[in-house]
Amino acid sequence: MTATIANGAPASAGLQAEQLRSKLEQLATNAGIRQWDLGAACSTDTSVQVDRGEAKQMKGAQRSSITVRVWNDAGLVGITSTSDLSDDGLERALSGARDASAFGNAEDTPAFSPLATAPVAALDQPIHAPQGILTLLDTLKDAERQLLNRHAAIGTVPYNGLAERSSERLYLNSDGACRQQRLSTASLYLYARAEEAGRKPRSSGAVRLAYGASDLDIAGCINEAAERTISHLNYAPIETGRYTCVFSPEAFLDLIGAFSSLFNGRAVLDGVSLSNRDAIGERLAVPFLDLHDNGLHPGNIGASTFDGEGTPTRRLTLLEGGTLRNFLHSEATARAFGVAPTGHAGLGAKVSVGPDWFEIGPTPGSGGGQQGLDRYKADEPIVWIDSLSALHAGVKASQGSFSLPFDGWLVKNGEVRSVEAATVAGDIRTLLKAIVGFEGEAKITPDGLCPLVWVEGLSITGEA
Amino acid sequence: MVVSAASPTGIPAGSPGPRTDQLNHLWQPRLEALLSGGRAAGADLVEVFLERTDHIGVLAEQDTITSVSPAFGMGAGIRVFRGDRDGFVSTNDLSDAGLQRALEQALGMLGLQRSEGALSGFDGLANLRDFAATKTDWLARCPELQEATAKLLEGTALLERHGAHLQARRGSYARDWQEVLVAASDGTFARDVRLHQSVGLNVLAADGDHRAGVGRRYGTSGRPDDLRHWNAEASAQEVCESAGSMLYADYVEAGQLPVVLANRFGGVIFHEACGHLLETTQVERGTTPFAEKVGEPIAHEAVTAIDEGLTDGAFGSLCMDDEGMEAQRTVLIENGILRRFISDRAGELRTGHARTGSGRRQSHTFAAASRMRNTFIAAGPHTPEELIASVDKGLYCKSMGGGSVGPTGQFNFAVEEGYLIENGQLTKPVKGATLIGEAKEVMPRISMCANDLELAAGFCGSVSGSIFVTVGQPHIKVDSITVGGR
Repeated sequence: MTATIANGAPASAGLQAEQLRSKLEQLATNAGIRQWDLGAACSTDTSVQVDRGEAKQMKGAQRSSITVRVWNDAGLVGITSTSDLSDDGLERALSGARDASAFGNAEDTPAFSPLATAPVAALDQPIHAPQGILTLLDTLKDAERQLLNRHAAIGTVPYNGLAERSSERLYLNSDGACRQQRLSTASLYLYARAEEAGRKPRSSGAVRLAYGASDLDIAGCINEAAERTISHLNYAPIETGRYTCVFSPEAFLDLIGAFSSLFNGRAVLDGVSLSNRDAIGERLAVPFLDLHDNGLHPGNIGASTFDGEGTPTRRLTLLEGGTLRNFLHSEATARAFGVAPTGHAGLGAKVSVGPDWFEIGPTPGSGGGQQGLDRYKADEPIVWIDSLSALHAGVKASQGSFSLPFDGWLVKNGEVRSVEAATVAGDIRTLLKAIVGFEGEAKITPDGLCPLVWVEGLSITGEA
Repeated sequence: MVVSAASPTGIPAGSPGPRTDQLNHLWQPRLEALLSGGRAAGADLVEVFLERTDHIGVLAEQDTITSVSPAFGMGAGIRVFRGDRDGFVSTNDLSDAGLQRALEQALGMLGLQRSEGALSGFDGLANLRDFAATKTDWLARCPELQEATAKLLEGTALLERHGAHLQARRGSYARDWQEVLVAASDGTFARDVRLHQSVGLNVLAADGDHRAGVGRRYGTSGRPDDLRHWNAEASAQEVCESAGSMLYADYVEAGQLPVVLANRFGGVIFHEACGHLLETTQVERGTTPFAEKVGEPIAHEAVTAIDEGLTDGAFGSLCMDDEGMEAQRTVLIENGILRRFISDRAGELRTGHARTGSGRRQSHTFAAASRMRNTFIAAGPHTPEELIASVDKGLYCKSMGGGSVGPTGQFNFAVEEGYLIENGQLTKPVKGATLIGEAKEVMPRISMCANDLELAAGFCGSVSGSIFVTVGQPHIKVDSITVGGR
């Protein structure tokens, strides 16, 4: 019997918080467990992919999962996760967590967040009813058709998908904390492949997110995917050397995200961050760079109002005028630093810490570096980096170095030409102090808010 | 022939459903009812994948166990084919109602709905092919947490003994047990148990501004005693030697260079540069340059490449794939000539390439896709020293990091530990190299293969999730490739 999810109904019907609390309290009491908390999530997903006017794959999924933590009599923490939300499953999870607590780390024991019952932000996150898979299929077929019609060289859209999701998450603890959040989200991605006779195939694409499929900017996604793909058809190899580079908002946000251990309290305590415990107040970047983590920004589609420990999400200044102001924290790392949790925790025996959504731009009142930057009017050749690849392999976060393949353009005397195969390499600490300035307005992307960022002196390896 | 009756799926109303803590022949009547119901609705083929999992993850940092993370779960994936289209639904709910609902949803994706009394044309399941019969004690034979944590702490202590300037030492252990039951309306009915264990050691060495992060992971399948037999001493020495070499290494100078790639995980070059492009999923997408090249040369004649699931204990080995087909040995490239593609059920249906027992998925939440297993370049006639001696100025890649391949066939991978080759000799260590290229340009440039084939465990992420694989090769020489650096 499933006691905790509305059995027989789609997951979007919701987690039954009070039923779940009641069951866990009963099981914990029977097992002699006095302190526990749990995170639970369930979702219903529907997605489609198409291939030249035909459905390629249609998928649906009902998922549910739960993570239980218990504190044993010695105060040590154990954890177990499961997708089995039956009574038997919950009992086994509780038992497993208690067994695991025998191996808890006495030197770094998590506790309940002191903010687990503090008010959370009220976000405008409209819940959309799902459109249904056949409607999604028709919409995606039409989007693919429009994209294929944009240029004769675009032969396929090999990576595409339209998906909608209804989800719910929950945090409970034995002190009475109860957090619950429902969401509906939708996503569209279109990656086209174009090829001209005698030339290499080229590819690019675009992504859009919204709270419902009906709100997706489909035309914008098609336009962006088409323009990006077409712009790479006229390509040439680039000479190896040092260049001033202009990062697209997406590329710069990817790079900062890959090096977010610079701002991560957990990584600092573990000795794997480039920052150390005393780094607050140090200058890490040019004096006109601000960097905030703001999961609550309206542009962050699907924002969570609380983290894995129930701490409210909030805006946190990481760099102000290039100076490090705060680290991201869980309850345990915040306690180690003598500050409050920041709302960036997961849920675990050793709690992970991670960023939500970055805001990057000029420091107010600083002038923002060099003014009037325009890549089309630059005196020297500029490498405009559109997207970075293989960050999982090419970024050495604990060393600060990166060497990454990219898609982009060489802008020379106002002429824009796509770069064939090339890599960009450097050191993040050097890069943050080699920012020249910003170009254009900040753009909202799935990972954050950022304008074009100019950086001088980066190593580019090409095939010319 | 089974006819749907009683309820739209043929499952009697109010049936309590089979026990979800066992996946065995007792599921047969209910699976047959589901398959029959799907066929009666007009599906050409219906497949049900049932799964139970049990996972343990352990992390040791310095000389302390800092995380023990058990997890267990279960679920089903139901896939329905009609023509060359398919619908797939996954669920955690293994009750009769949950499975019926998933089937209905999958049918609905193809515009099908169940029809009471309709003939299904389904002849019932074959006798269960039970690959798990000899594996029922595997989970119990794995190390208990006490033993596993002690072994990991031995590893991190050995790092301290063998290393210098170590700022962080980590050991990690993962044990993944999976029981699967596959049933399809073509009669397929098969069960297996899989066991994967891996252990990793990582260090961060730091001295002033010099830093080097080095890691190694070792993994096997189907060997409950694997962690007990792990040579922690040798692993710690290997990691620390690499960290010592790389700590003060200069960044590599960028350019077009000949490279010699070491054996074992050096095989990631073939995995990324070519292996993915020989999966029928890539043929379906139109993203492989090799689609029409069977029987034609696509690589240097020195290259023979194989994908198989049979090597005893290898990370990518399996008795049956996730579609119930027995694993096999598939010669992909023979002396440079393309022979076969890696194919699954959907790949065979859509491209005509016969199945190779390569339908794989991370879990029940993914539909199976054609994926690699143990993939390697076969040994050649040379010694590794002959390869290095043949290079005047180039790069020796002793240890590789991860990589990826994009939709145009352009691949990349990172070099974790590299050395310059000057006048046929290894000279100074270099770091920060990334190799990039295109498969159809690079494969003909693999001009020499050594005689020291070895395999290495890895994880591969693609359309059907993250799966256990093996990469491998002997030392090989690539005549020219773009080396990204500073």
